[in-house]
Amino acid sequence: MNKLAGRNWVILCALLTGISLVSCSHNGSTTTGSQTVLINGAGSTFGYPIYSRWADDFHKLHPNVEINYQSVGSGAGIRQLLAGTVDFGASDAPMTDAQLAQAKSPVLHFPTVLGAVVPTYNIPGVTAELKFTPQALAGIFLGKITKWNDPAITRANAGLKLPSANIVVIHRSDGSGTSFIWTDYLSKVSAEWKDKVGSGTSVNWPVGLGGKGSEGVTGLIQQTPNSIGYVELTYAIQNHILFGLVQNSSGAFVKASLESVTAAAAATADSMPKDFRVSITNPPGNDAYPIASFTWLLVPTQISDAAKRDSIKSFLHWMLTDGQNDAEPLAYAKLPTDVSAKEDATVSQIH
Amino acid sequence: MLERVNATGLTPSFRPLRIYWERLRRGDEIAHVLTLIFASTVIGVTALLVYQLWIQSALSRQKFGWAFFATRVWDPVGGQFGALPFLYGTVVTSAIALLLAVPLGLGTAIFLSEFSAKRISDALAFLVDLLAAVPSVIYGLLGIFVLAPLLRVWVEPVLRSQFGFLPFFRGPAYGVGFLAAGLTLAIMVVPFIVSVSREVLISVPREQREAALALGATRWETISRAVVPFAKTGILGSVFLALARALGETMAVTMVIGNDPKISASLFAPGYSIAAVIANEFTEATGSLYLSALIELGLVLFLLTFVLNGLARLLVLATAQRGGLLE
Repeated sequence: MNKLAGRNWVILCALLTGISLVSCSHNGSTTTGSQTVLINGAGSTFGYPIYSRWADDFHKLHPNVEINYQSVGSGAGIRQLLAGTVDFGASDAPMTDAQLAQAKSPVLHFPTVLGAVVPTYNIPGVTAELKFTPQALAGIFLGKITKWNDPAITRANAGLKLPSANIVVIHRSDGSGTSFIWTDYLSKVSAEWKDKVGSGTSVNWPVGLGGKGSEGVTGLIQQTPNSIGYVELTYAIQNHILFGLVQNSSGAFVKASLESVTAAAAATADSMPKDFRVSITNPPGNDAYPIASFTWLLVPTQISDAAKRDSIKSFLHWMLTDGQNDAEPLAYAKLPTDVSAKEDATVSQIH
Repeated sequence: MLERVNATGLTPSFRPLRIYWERLRRGDEIAHVLTLIFASTVIGVTALLVYQLWIQSALSRQKFGWAFFATRVWDPVGGQFGALPFLYGTVVTSAIALLLAVPLGLGTAIFLSEFSAKRISDALAFLVDLLAAVPSVIYGLLGIFVLAPLLRVWVEPVLRSQFGFLPFFRGPAYGVGFLAAGLTLAIMVVPFIVSVSREVLISVPREQREAALALGATRWETISRAVVPFAKTGILGSVFLALARALGETMAVTMVIGNDPKISASLFAPGYSIAAVIANEFTEATGSLYLSALIELGLVLFLLTFVLNGLARLLVLATAQRGGLLE
């Protein structure tokens, strides 16, 4: 027995030595040249696919910079930024004035890509792309339009036969940027919505069922005849989900596409506020899709660690230029060049 | 050993210390201290949990007070928070789950321990234990893709036409809602009841059965009068375990309950539970009052579990005493 224990010890020691040797040599290979800079970020789940791609690509270009991004949700991202536990945050909704006031140094907002939200539905026998007026969408989600053959819906869809069935509204149950964009849009097109419900990542929905995540909403819509809900354009494209057209402020019915979303952002470029905290739902422009929004990186203006500061600045510059080419393959709409140029000029404010 | 120490002429004041050292050396004291540390860890963790929930929910407690338990509005935009619909949803779904799972689970346990052959019983018990280990998201998927359509197309229309005079079975059938959540929970907690109850029933002494049989009782009389009452405390323990799981279940419930904070008598209607709303809204909760209200919901869930567990213990105490008197 003792002999056996002794042999186990020898094996254990040998293993430990081996591991430490391997880890030493590993450390040696990565730290050659300059010191490794580790940057931590946290926030939006919507932006996670492209942020992790950017972190990978940037690491390939600058092997000494490692960006670690955790998709903990926009709210948690803002909290961690304010607490100083991460170097940058990411959010689908801009920070409020009250939140900005809590920050130790002023926080800059950098729009990274655009997301859009589309109405999707399941009406037995209807496979056409429905057209929705803003009044119809607001009425349905307020619970005032309850039948699919309501004149507010059928007027825009002449030639389609819609059933007299009750509409089942389905929304996101988890707090999400998607809900923020959707409710922000409804607040802009309907005074009643703005007054009664307002906009936010979670709101007090007047009617409907809640599904958890895009997959939960889609699942419920597929399961429930005569239902309507909303999902991110990215999700709809990747999963080949049927979605409707929405009437924009010029009266044209626009189908959401990466181009029509970028067009929506371009339409607001001239009136862009200096801090980029802007809602671009319901913008002017003939071909602009009206339910779209930026998603933001949140970076403090004062970063004391010089190596970190330089790395973050060079990452932001790269993200706004070459990095934008990563957007469309991942089904995000890229920034209009006017906007990215304005942001690039802001990077120098970080000191 | 002790004599030797005394013989060396140590003053009596050292004796307790020496005795203590002796106990330590024999392992008694080590076992005592170690187990004490483990036991106090459990108490410490619970206390820390309550303390944290209490401190972090201060903002919401000050703003809403007791009204938090009595108001129905949950409006993150307007900053109005009330826990009532979530409390209602949690209690109703857990009640449905227990109502269905207790007879089903207990029946299965009785069959496995009393009627079936040992090989079949062991094989089935193994399967039941496997069911207990299935992740809750799998049950949620089962609920949303199998149970909900089944309820919407078949069960709910039939219930409405047959029992529509009752307020529980009215209104449109969405599939998801209190009933779907309760059913999913029932499926999830049955394995706990079966597994624990079967073990308890098997461990009822042989003499107990033989005595009843010798008095001329039939097999069923033996089971219902001699075996099950003997195992009552253990069976109730399995029901508590099931209740605790049902109250705290998050993922499966949020997938099938409809996530709408409303109070409706109809079991077809969508609702919401405490655990589900915390999981859904915590990550994106901005604003300190909103966050604080969510944490207070956690406190409410803790209190609810505490109160229900306490009531259940009282029930056990009461029935155990009555049982004792009858014997």
